[in-house]
Amino acid sequence: MPRPRDLVLAEVLRQRSWAAGLRWFDYHAPALGALLLVFGVPGLFALGLLDQSDLARLGRYCCLAMVAIGLDLVWGYAGVLSLCQMMFFTLGGYACGMYLAMHGPLDGDGIPRALFVVSSDPEGMQLPWFWKPFADPWFAAAAVVLIPGLLALVFGWLAFRSRIRGVYFAIITQAATVALWLLFCRNDLQLCGTNGLTNFTRLLGFDLTATATKVGLYIVSAATLVLTAWAVLRLTATRFGRLLLAVRDNEARLRFLGYDPVAYKTAAFVIAAVIAGIAGALYTPQTGIITPANMTAIESILVVVWVAVGGRGTVTGAVVGALAINLLYAWLTTEVPRLWPFILGALFILVVLFAPGGLVGAWRAFVRRGERTA
Amino acid sequence: MSDRSDIVQVTDVVVEFDGFRALDVPYFGIDRGELRVLIGPNGAGKTTLCDVISGKTRPKSGRIVIDDREVTDWPETAIARLGVGRKFQTPSVFDGLSVYENMELALPAQRGLRGALAGRASWRDERRILALLERVHLRALARTPARMLSHGQRQWLEIAMLMVSGARILLVDEPAAGLTDDETRLTAELLRDLAGAHTVLVIEHDMEFVRRLQSRVTVLNAGKILAEGSLEAVQADPRVREAYLGRGKHG
Ligand SMILES: Nc1ncnc2c1ncn2[C@@H]1O[C@H](COP(=O)(O)OP(=O)(O)OP(=O)(O)O)[C@@H](O)[C@H]1O
Ligand SMILES: [Mg+2]
Repeated sequence: MPRPRDLVLAEVLRQRSWAAGLRWFDYHAPALGALLLVFGVPGLFALGLLDQSDLARLGRYCCLAMVAIGLDLVWGYAGVLSLCQMMFFTLGGYACGMYLAMHGPLDGDGIPRALFVVSSDPEGMQLPWFWKPFADPWFAAAAVVLIPGLLALVFGWLAFRSRIRGVYFAIITQAATVALWLLFCRNDLQLCGTNGLTNFTRLLGFDLTATATKVGLYIVSAATLVLTAWAVLRLTATRFGRLLLAVRDNEARLRFLGYDPVAYKTAAFVIAAVIAGIAGALYTPQTGIITPANMTAIESILVVVWVAVGGRGTVTGAVVGALAINLLYAWLTTEVPRLWPFILGALFILVVLFAPGGLVGAWRAFVRRGERTA
Repeated sequence: MSDRSDIVQVTDVVVEFDGFRALDVPYFGIDRGELRVLIGPNGAGKTTLCDVISGKTRPKSGRIVIDDREVTDWPETAIARLGVGRKFQTPSVFDGLSVYENMELALPAQRGLRGALAGRASWRDERRILALLERVHLRALARTPARMLSHGQRQWLEIAMLMVSGARILLVDEPAAGLTDDETRLTAELLRDLAGAHTVLVIEHDMEFVRRLQSRVTVLNAGKILAEGSLEAVQADPRVREAYLGRGKHG
């Protein structure tokens, strides 16, 4: 299919029309954003315009944006508000963290240091049985996907089958998050309690302190984010995506057409959980630590704020919202740290009141207006 | 009273809401291919009867048999797959999807999770969808989001969705509500055409519309069947007149 003329850059430049330029930019913005993230940021780092902490921060934000994409699939498309996405993220993070800890400094009888130092009885301590397989990178990688995925499968299927919906579903996901958080804070679970997993040194043989490893981890995170966004966008364009919208709009109607919405909602929930788990696994080596604090209730609520501010049901909105708010956070907490909760709250309220479609919705309305006046 | 050949058989059904008896029907049946109209004052239990047949509401006691199968405790999804389609009293379509996409989801094939990843509808399904949209004057709006449709257009879209869904038994709750006279006429024509190949139960208040359907009428009042027969016969029935007049309703 030939492209419309105003989508070809040469033509846009020749026309020198503001509306054509806007349309061109709107059409290509996702690809430009992807290029900027995957190649632009490492380029700026190579030129010395970004330092290592900037790079590490952006890498972490890419992981958080992935969580937002997952939430957008369940909340923006299927209309199911989930308040446990960071729980899945943290589970993925722990699975990766256990692998990293097993390949970090070992104390006593081959005990990862983070576990050894919180032990009440370090002398005769044995490595807990469930730690052992995590030394294998394949096992750990499978756990990153399967633990959040299976938990979401069982939890989602039970809840959706019992027709738990709307605010009730949000509340039980919140409750599950708090329960798991409390569990992970306990020392006797042998996952290092509130201290969490740390003392990481090597990932698949690469030295985590080396600059090349850091750049590599950033590029992998950014590329995974881009790939996830692309895959979820593709998915929403299938019949499955239309069915999720139908669940959101009118679940009863769908049932009386002979569909079982439980399967669709569960599938979306599982996909979102797996995305969050992978994001957590990429996040952990970049922060060097994963603790139960990553899954306190507020963390999952923040994901909802990112998606709402970016624009529900658009995928790009989830990415834009997550990156924009976290960058704003990074900038403002150094400037006016006390004011951040108020600024975030005000931003959320302003968007809900004046731009229900979020930043992406407002942008699209702006582009349409540009086209009409052209 | 029970007629074994009826495709829909509602026997000894009682529905209660917090002790309030909304429906109490010894027998209600619809013949295969019949067009039946259900009338009655507000709150008579007409929608509740549809709810019971389609599995939305469980009766306190009694049996529902559809196409020789007892479906009394089947989930609504299974009853729908058996071929019972329903248009709700308030038009109920998928607002976020286009008119065409609404129709596409109503297609009977690929209701499972695996079918969801399949591509678009087949060429033949597409032709059928477009032909049906033509009939309800929605062809030109195929790409329009359903939320932009007028009330009458939404009613039609929902009926067209039933027509494409492969349902053999159609429960159509107040299809003429909020329609103009011309639209009402077309809706009556549509429903009459559907009868025969389909079994159709229509709930309606608009007597002009009911007259047009030229079919058997069942009168429901306070959860009980008052009368059954032609519209003329039913309207002449003193009990029916009293039910309507007693509540100050049109009749
Ligand atoms: N879910 C429910 N809970 C409680 N009461 C209900 C419920 N559904 C229906 N009712 C009551 O049952 C009675 C019958 O309601 P129904 O909706 O079947 O009437 P209807 O004949 O369809 O009336 P209308 O012409 O107004 O649509 C009414 O009194 C209604 O208030
Ligand atoms: Mg009703």
